[in-house]
Amino acid sequence: MDPECSQLLPALCSVLADPRQPVTDDTCLEKLLDWFKTITEAGSSLLLLQENPCLLGLLCHVLKPQDLSPRVLAFSLRLAGMLAAQEDCFQYLQQGELLPRLFGEAGPLGGAAWTAPSVRSGWIQGLRSLAHHPSALCFLADCGAVDTIFSLQGDSSLFVASAAGQLLVHVLGLSLQGPAEGHPGLQTGDWPVCAQKIVSHIEESLRSAATPQITQALNVLTTTFGHCHNPWTQVLWVRLSPLVARLLEKDPVPAAHSLVDLLLSVARSPVLSSSSCGLWETLAQTLSHLSPTQAGPLALGILKLQECPQALRAQAFAVLLQPLTCVLEATAQAPGLLDSWDGTGGASVTVDTLLASKAACVGLLCRTLAHLELLQPLPQRPSPWPQAPLLGATVTILRLCSGSATPTSDAGGHLCAFLVGCVRVQRAALDFLGMLSRGTGPRELVTQVFAVLLEYLTSPDSSPTVLKKAFQATLRWLQSSPETPGCSDLDPHAQLFLRELLPVLPKRLCSPCWEVRDSGLEFLTQMIGRWGGQAGFRRALLASEVPELTEQLLRDPESYVRASAVAAMGQLSSQGLRVTPASPEHPGGQQKSLLAELLHILSTDSEGFPRRAVMHVFTQWLRDGHADVAADTERFVARVLQVASQDLDWEVRAQGLELALVFLEQTLGRPSSHCPYAVTPPVAAPPGPLAQALRPLCRVQLFEFAFRALFDCDRPVAQKSCDLLLFLRAQTASYSGPQGSGSVPEVASVEAALQRWQAGDQGQPLGYLEPEVVVAVLRSMDLEGLRGALAESSDRVEKSPQSLLQDMLATVGALGEDEADCY
Amino acid sequence: MKLYCLSGHPTLPCNVLKFKSTTIMLDCGLDMTSTLNFLPLPLVQSPRLSNLPGWSLKDGNAFLDKTELIDLSTVDVILISNYHCMMALPYITEHTGFTGTVYATEPTVQIGRLLMEELVNFIERVPKAQSASLWKNKDIQRLLPSPLKDAVEVSTWRRCYTMQEVNSALSKIQLVGYSQKIELFGAVQVTPLSSGYALGSSNWIIQSHYEKVSYVSGSSLLTTHPQPMDQASLKNSDVLVLTGLTQIPTANPDGMVGEFCSNLALTVRNGGNVLVPCYPSGVIYDLLECLYQYIDSAGLSNIPFYFISPVANSSLEFSQIFAEWLCHNKQTKVYLPEPPFPHAELIQTNKLKHYPSLHGDFSSDFRQPCVVFTGHPSLRFGDVVHFMELWGKSSLNTVIFTEPDFSYLEALAPYQPLAMKCIYCPIDTRLNFIQVSKLLKEVQPLHVVCPEQYTQPPPAQSHRMDLMIDCQPPAMSYRRAEVLALPFKRRYEKIEIMPELADSLVPMEIKPGISLATVSAVLHTKDNKHVLQPPPRPTQPTGGKKRKRASDDIPDCKVLKPLLSGSIPVEQFVQALEKHGFSDVKVEDTAKGHIVLLQEAETLIQIEEDSTHIICDNDEMLRVRLRDLVLKFLQKF
Repeated sequence: MDPECSQLLPALCSVLADPRQPVTDDTCLEKLLDWFKTITEAGSSLLLLQENPCLLGLLCHVLKPQDLSPRVLAFSLRLAGMLAAQEDCFQYLQQGELLPRLFGEAGPLGGAAWTAPSVRSGWIQGLRSLAHHPSALCFLADCGAVDTIFSLQGDSSLFVASAAGQLLVHVLGLSLQGPAEGHPGLQTGDWPVCAQKIVSHIEESLRSAATPQITQALNVLTTTFGHCHNPWTQVLWVRLSPLVARLLEKDPVPAAHSLVDLLLSVARSPVLSSSSCGLWETLAQTLSHLSPTQAGPLALGILKLQECPQALRAQAFAVLLQPLTCVLEATAQAPGLLDSWDGTGGASVTVDTLLASKAACVGLLCRTLAHLELLQPLPQRPSPWPQAPLLGATVTILRLCSGSATPTSDAGGHLCAFLVGCVRVQRAALDFLGMLSRGTGPRELVTQVFAVLLEYLTSPDSSPTVLKKAFQATLRWLQSSPETPGCSDLDPHAQLFLRELLPVLPKRLCSPCWEVRDSGLEFLTQMIGRWGGQAGFRRALLASEVPELTEQLLRDPESYVRASAVAAMGQLSSQGLRVTPASPEHPGGQQKSLLAELLHILSTDSEGFPRRAVMHVFTQWLRDGHADVAADTERFVARVLQVASQDLDWEVRAQGLELALVFLEQTLGRPSSHCPYAVTPPVAAPPGPLAQALRPLCRVQLFEFAFRALFDCDRPVAQKSCDLLLFLRAQTASYSGPQGSGSVPEVASVEAALQRWQAGDQGQPLGYLEPEVVVAVLRSMDLEGLRGALAESSDRVEKSPQSLLQDMLATVGALGEDEADCY
Repeated sequence: MKLYCLSGHPTLPCNVLKFKSTTIMLDCGLDMTSTLNFLPLPLVQSPRLSNLPGWSLKDGNAFLDKTELIDLSTVDVILISNYHCMMALPYITEHTGFTGTVYATEPTVQIGRLLMEELVNFIERVPKAQSASLWKNKDIQRLLPSPLKDAVEVSTWRRCYTMQEVNSALSKIQLVGYSQKIELFGAVQVTPLSSGYALGSSNWIIQSHYEKVSYVSGSSLLTTHPQPMDQASLKNSDVLVLTGLTQIPTANPDGMVGEFCSNLALTVRNGGNVLVPCYPSGVIYDLLECLYQYIDSAGLSNIPFYFISPVANSSLEFSQIFAEWLCHNKQTKVYLPEPPFPHAELIQTNKLKHYPSLHGDFSSDFRQPCVVFTGHPSLRFGDVVHFMELWGKSSLNTVIFTEPDFSYLEALAPYQPLAMKCIYCPIDTRLNFIQVSKLLKEVQPLHVVCPEQYTQPPPAQSHRMDLMIDCQPPAMSYRRAEVLALPFKRRYEKIEIMPELADSLVPMEIKPGISLATVSAVLHTKDNKHVLQPPPRPTQPTGGKKRKRASDDIPDCKVLKPLLSGSIPVEQFVQALEKHGFSDVKVEDTAKGHIVLLQEAETLIQIEEDSTHIICDNDEMLRVRLRDLVLKFLQKF
C-alpha cells in the first residue's frame, strides 16, 4: 500500500466506525473491498494488518453494541473474511478471538442487525472468502456456521439464499479437497464430518415434501456438479441419484425446473456422464414424466450433449417436435417425417396443454420454436433433420396466426382462435422460419414459405416488430434460393416473388409508423447490397417507386429513418440505381446531386444517426471509387474532413478518421500523382517522392484533422488518430525523401501550436503544412507514449485508491457542511 | 319482460323493451343499404348514368320499415345511443302516432342533426320530376332484373324525410348527461353511460330496484377522441343486450389507418387525387388528426385537403366545443387553452379547407393533386358522385373507403369500368370479439342477448371460431321480427313503509338475525310507487253517516288470527299429552314427520314440517283441547 493511502486509512476507518457519519454510497465500500482484494492477493494480509492497526480497530469496533449501519457491518464481515483467507492471518485473528465474535453466535448473527439482508449477505460472503484452508473448516464446524448456512438457504432475500447455496457447495468442495481426492474410492460414510453433514442435509431436503427445500437441494447439487469434476462427485451422485429418481414418482413432479437443471448438469459433467450410474435411464424417465412445457428445456439440453445414446436423443427430439405435430394434425396435414420421431405417445398430453388456455398454447409454441431454432445450426442436431415437416408446421402456425389457415378439426378451431393475431407466436415462428432457410425444402413448400411471407409483408395488421421479422426472414430465404447456373441472377422463383414484393415496399416506406419505414429501408439496403448487380432485380427496382421514395425519406422527421435512408441511398447510388429524371423544370440543370445532399445532412442534421450514416456511406464510396467521389477526390475528402472535424458526435469524428485512413492508403499506395484533375501547386524545392506522395494529404488538410483528433476529448477518437499517425510515420519511414528539410522555425511553430491544442486551446488553425514539416513533426512527437497513455482508461486517476479514500472522506465532510447549512 | 326486435342489422339496431309497464325503444337505426339498388344521383345530368342498362333511376332514398310487430304509438320513450342510431327517428316520431319522449346526449343530437341535414340536403338538391312506386308491387317486382327482383320487402322502403320532419322529430328529444338518472313513471330508472365510440355516444342502464338491464350499443375501448367507455357501471346486470360490435372484426383499426395513410401518400406523390367517401363526423376527426401528424413526415405539406359537406363547417366547429365529452387528453388541452382537435390548426394553416358544396368557392380554390373528404359513403348521392365521375377514368387517382357500412364493391358497381384505384380500409373502432369477451368477463352479466349474427362465425370465414361471442351461459340470440321473452322473472317489488307505521311495529326475533312483525296497513300505489300507510284509526262514533262512510273505507282488519312459528318437539308433546290424561299415545315416524295416535279417542295428530293436522271425528271439544296443547309449543305474534 502506498504511503498516501496508509495515511488516509485511519481517518477513513474512524469515519466508518462512527455511526453519526453514515456512508450513503455503498458502491464506495464495494470499490474499497475490491482494492483490499488486490492488496491481499498481491501480498501478505498479516503484514497489511500489522502495518495498519486501524483495520483491526475497525473490526473490533463493529462488534461493540451500537447503532452501526448494516452497510459498514457487512463491509467489515467481508473484509475480515478476505483477510482471513490467508492461513497466517487467520491464526492471527483467531488469537484475538475476533473471528468467532464476528461470525459466531455472539456476533451479528443473534443481533438486531441480522434482519438486514446486506448483513446476512456480508456474513456469507465473508465466510466464502475465509473458507480457503483446513483451519477454516474447523472454524466453521466449531462456530456452527454450517447450520446457519442451511437455514439461510431459505432466506427471504433471493441474493442471500442463492449465496448460501453457493457457500454450501464451496464448503463441501473444500472439505473433500484433501481426503477424497487422495482416495477416489472413498465412500461417503468415510467422508469428513462436515461433508457428511452437508450430504445428510441434502438427502433430508430431497426427501422433504416441501418444494422449496427440494429446489434448494437440487440447486446445490446442480452447482456442485457443474463446477467440480472431481471423482468424489461420482460417489455423491451414486448415493443421491435414487432420491432424485424418486422425485419423478410424484405427480406433479416437484421443482421440475431445478430437476432439469440438475440432470443436465450431471449429463454434462465428464466424470458422471461416462459412468454407468443409470443417468440415461433417469433422463428418459424424466422426459416422459414431465409436462410438455417442462420437458422442452430438458429435451433441448439432451440434444445439445456431445455424447448421448441414440434412443434418448430420438425421444428428446420427439418431445420437442410434439407441439408441431399437433399443429399439423389439427390442420389435417400429414405430419410426415415428424411421425417417425414421435414414438412416445405423449401427444395427448401435448394436445391438452395446447388447448388448455391461450397462455399455455402460446407459451408452449413459442418455447418449442425457440428451442428448435437454437438446435438447428448445431452440428449435433438430430439427423435426418425433418426440414420439410418443420417448414410445413411453421408455415401453418403463421397462417393460423394470420387467420388464413382453415382448420378442419375442433382442435384446429381452438388453435386458430388462440393464435389469431398473436404477435409473440408470429415473431417466434418468423425467427424460426428464417433459420430454416439454411436448409432446402421441396419446391411447393418453398412456394408456400414465400406466399406466407408475402402475406405478412402485405397485411396491414402486421405489427411493426412482426414486419421487421418478416423482412429478415424474407431476406434469408431470398439469400438461400439457388442462383440460376451460368447466370448470376436470382432464380425465376425468387424473381417472381420479388415482382410481387416490390409493389408492397413503397407502401411500407410510406407507413405512418416510423419503425415500419425504418425496417423497410434496412431491408432495401440489404437487398441492393446483395442483388444490386443483377439485371432482373435492377429492372424490377427501377420500374418501382422505391428509389424515389427512398430519396424522399432523407428528409423524414425521424432520425433513425433518415439514417437508414442515407444508407439505402448510398447503396442505390453505388449500384447506379439512383433515378435522376431529367426534370422539365430545370432544363439542362442537374437535379441536386446526392453527394451535395448527403453533405448537407452531414453539416446540418440535428441528430447523430443520420450524420454517422453519411460518414459510413462516404467512406464506402471512397473505398469503392464511386464516380461522384472520383471526379474530384481531394475536394471531396477535404470538404468531408472539414465538416466532420466540427461535429459534436465523436462517432462521426472517428468515422472521419476511418475515411482519412482510406484516403491515406489510396494515396500512399499509389506514389505517383494519381488524380489527373489535381492541380499541383508550384513548390520551390524539387519535390522528392515522399513530398509528392504527402502533398495531396496536405492539400486536404488531413494532418490538421488528425492532429486535432489526437487531442480529442473522446478517447476512441484520439486513439484512432494516434494509430493513423503511427501508420503514417511507419509509411514515411520507408521513403527515402529529403528528410529534415522542413525549415526549423516552421516545425517549432507547429509544435508550439500542438502543445496549445493539447492544453485545450484548439482555436488556432495550423493552415497549410508542407510535407517536410509534417514528417519532421511526426518524427519529433512521442506517439508511442501518447498511445500508452490513451490505452489506460480515462478514469485511471479517478479510480486510484487514493482518490477513492479522499472521495469518501470528502463526502462525509460535505455531509457535515450540508447539515450546518440547514440551520 | 320482453324484447321486440325490429331490425336485423346488428350495428343499426332497433329494439323495444317492455319492462315493468314501460315500453322503451332502444335506438332507431336507419339501414340505408337498400340505396345501393338505386342509381347515383348526379348533380348534373349524366348521360352515362342514365343510359346504364338494368338500373332504376327513379326513387329517392329508401328506408327499411319496422314490421307490424308492435304498435309504435305505445312506445313511451326512445333511448338513443349514438348519432348513427337515430337516423330513422323522423319516421317514428312523425308517422306512427308516437307521443313519448326521446332521450339522447347533446353531441348525439347536434351531430345527428348534421347527419340528417346532410342527407336531406343531398336528396333534395336533385329533385325528381316524378317518383315511381308501382314497381314495388310484388307482381311487377318479380319481373325486374336482379338484384332488384330479389330485394326483400321493397314495399317498406320509404322516401327520405324532409327538414321539417327532422326539426319536429328533434324537438321531441330531451337532452341528458352521462350518469344522469332519469325516472320513467316511477317504474324504472334509465341512465346513459359513456360508450367510448363517438362524441356523446352512450350505453344505457335500465333498472328497477331489483332488476338491471344494460343496453350496450356501439362501444369502443380504443383511445380515440371520445370519453373512454364506462365499464364498471355495467356490472351486476341481469340482462345485457349487446349490439353494435365492429362490422369488420378482422381489420384492426390501427393497421387500417396505416394503410390509409400510406395509400394516400403514394397516390398524391404520383400526382393523383385521393377521394375519401365519408360521413361528416366521427372517424373523419381521427383521420384528420392522423394526417396532421403524418403529412410532414410524408412530405405532403403542400397538398390541399378538402372537406366538402353541407355541414362541414358545423361539424368541424361542433367537435371543438364538446370538450366535456372528449377523452382526458383533449379535455386538458381546452384549459391551455388550445382547440382539442388539431384540425383547427390545419384550417388555420390553409392545409384543410371546407366547403358546403362543389359550387361556389370550391371551384375557384380547387387545386390538384388533392385529397377530398366528402359524402355519401354509399356513393349514391352527395358530392362524392361528382368526384367519382370526374376522377374515375384515371389510374393515378385513388378512392379509399373508410366507412364500413356499405359493401365497397356494390357501391362501385354503377361506376364500372373504373380506372382509378380502389382501396378498402374500413376503420371501425367498435368492440371486436376479443374485447367483448374481456368485457363480459369483467362485467359478468347473468344473461347476454345479442343479434344472431354474433353467435356464429361470419359465413365467409366459418372456421374463425374466434369471431363470435363466447360466453357462459350461451348468449340468447334474436333476429329481425322476433319477440324474445327475457330469461328472468321479476320476483320482488320495493314497498316503502311510512315512518309512523314503522314505529308501531313490534318485531319479534324468531331466529337470530330474523325478526318478524305483523303489519296492518293500507297499500297506496301511485306512479308505480308502493307505500304502506298506517290504516286510518277507527273514528270515534260522532255521527251515524260519517261513521258509516268511514267503515266503508276501512278494510276489515279486526279478526286477526295470530301467526304461528316454531316446531313441535314430539317427545315433549307426548309427555304433555300424557300429563293431560291421554295414556295410550303411540308415535309413528313418517317420511315427512310424525303421526301421534291417540287410540282410545280414535284421533290422529299429524305433525309435519310445515303443517299440523288434528283429525278427530266430531269431537270439537277434544280437537280444541289438542289444538291448545299444540299451540303451547308454538310462538305467536
